[in-house]
Amino acid sequence: MNTLIGKKRGMTQVWQEDGTRVSVTVLDLGPNTVTAVKTVDRDGYDAVQLGFEEVRAKVKSKPELGQFKKAGIDTPLRHLREVRTVDSGLSVGDQVTADTVFEIGKRVDVVGTSKGKGFAGTIKRHGFARGPSTHGSQNVRGPGSIGMCKYPGRVIKGKRMAGRMGSDRVTVRGLEVVRIDTDNNQLLVKGPVPGANGSLVIVKTSLKEGGK
Amino acid sequence: MSTPVSHIDNTSVPKRSSFKVGDHVSVAVLIREGSGKDKDKTRIQNFIGDVIAIKGQGAGKAFTVRRVVQGEGVERVFPYGSPLVKEIEILRRGDVRRAKLYDLRTKSGKAARISEKVGGARELADIAAAETKARKAEEKAAAEAVAAEKVAAEAAAAAEAEKVAAGTADE
Repeated sequence: MNTLIGKKRGMTQVWQEDGTRVSVTVLDLGPNTVTAVKTVDRDGYDAVQLGFEEVRAKVKSKPELGQFKKAGIDTPLRHLREVRTVDSGLSVGDQVTADTVFEIGKRVDVVGTSKGKGFAGTIKRHGFARGPSTHGSQNVRGPGSIGMCKYPGRVIKGKRMAGRMGSDRVTVRGLEVVRIDTDNNQLLVKGPVPGANGSLVIVKTSLKEGGK
Repeated sequence: MSTPVSHIDNTSVPKRSSFKVGDHVSVAVLIREGSGKDKDKTRIQNFIGDVIAIKGQGAGKAFTVRRVVQGEGVERVFPYGSPLVKEIEILRRGDVRRAKLYDLRTKSGKAARISEKVGGARELADIAAAETKARKAEEKAAAEAVAAEKVAAEAAAAAEAEKVAAGTADE
């Protein structure tokens, strides 16, 4: 097992022995519950389905409740994600805690959904330069020229323009694990993590640690 | 203030004496001095002055201490949670009606004095007495623990010796 799902709690700072301060993001990791185990023989691939955050039965749909019932899990879980893994040794109903998967000082990759910025112009969205704001300029935040002339006579596909920004799946790699709070099942990683507080995150042992 | 991460801040920030703005304090700071071979040489330096501001909360909490050295005002901002701040001793409770005493910067001499809080000395004495009591109790508990351990060790040794004696008797 190398992956858990959780929630971004917020950011704070933690003091180190030597008097330096480290900015950390607190991630709530559950614990995660194994809700299904997929095997090559039956499903064509090996994976474990993890569930996170207990909810009232009312929140879930009837078909989903049926799945929990079949798996023998009493309290329904809000989020379910599959993690590819071979020979995890886990069975349905097992609880996976942060301290069994991650290690202090090692690095993790965190996947989140970035904050939505709405309809954003080219300056904010693609880092275009501003035009001059004075001396009669009318081109303050405009995108500038978007193409050539009679030839090609159209705008090239993929031309960067204004549009919806944010709410994208973003991965941050190589964040150091500063602390593991076993009482609350929380992980403290160094630096920021994409998304708003309370949004879903997927935490994996980092590719930079040579793990997959 | 309670935030989603307060419980983390509580573990990270050490317990401090309950000083307030206006108090005359002595802040013990760990200073790393020396280089090369003496890299780990440290000493404690005390900065004595009046607390003129306490800012922020949680891990970012900080306080400003002001003192006047040879007619020149000196201010130091200490991070409240820093492990390098070893101790904050309250020398005198001040009686102030402001949360920030920045007006002291423009005042000097008699105008820059902070009057002592009525009953402040007794309050400090009570705190000191309570602390001594707590420390003594702790020491006593520690001594008892050590004694109990010793007794247990002796008992274990005696049992071991008996076993050995029994073993030799069997032979």
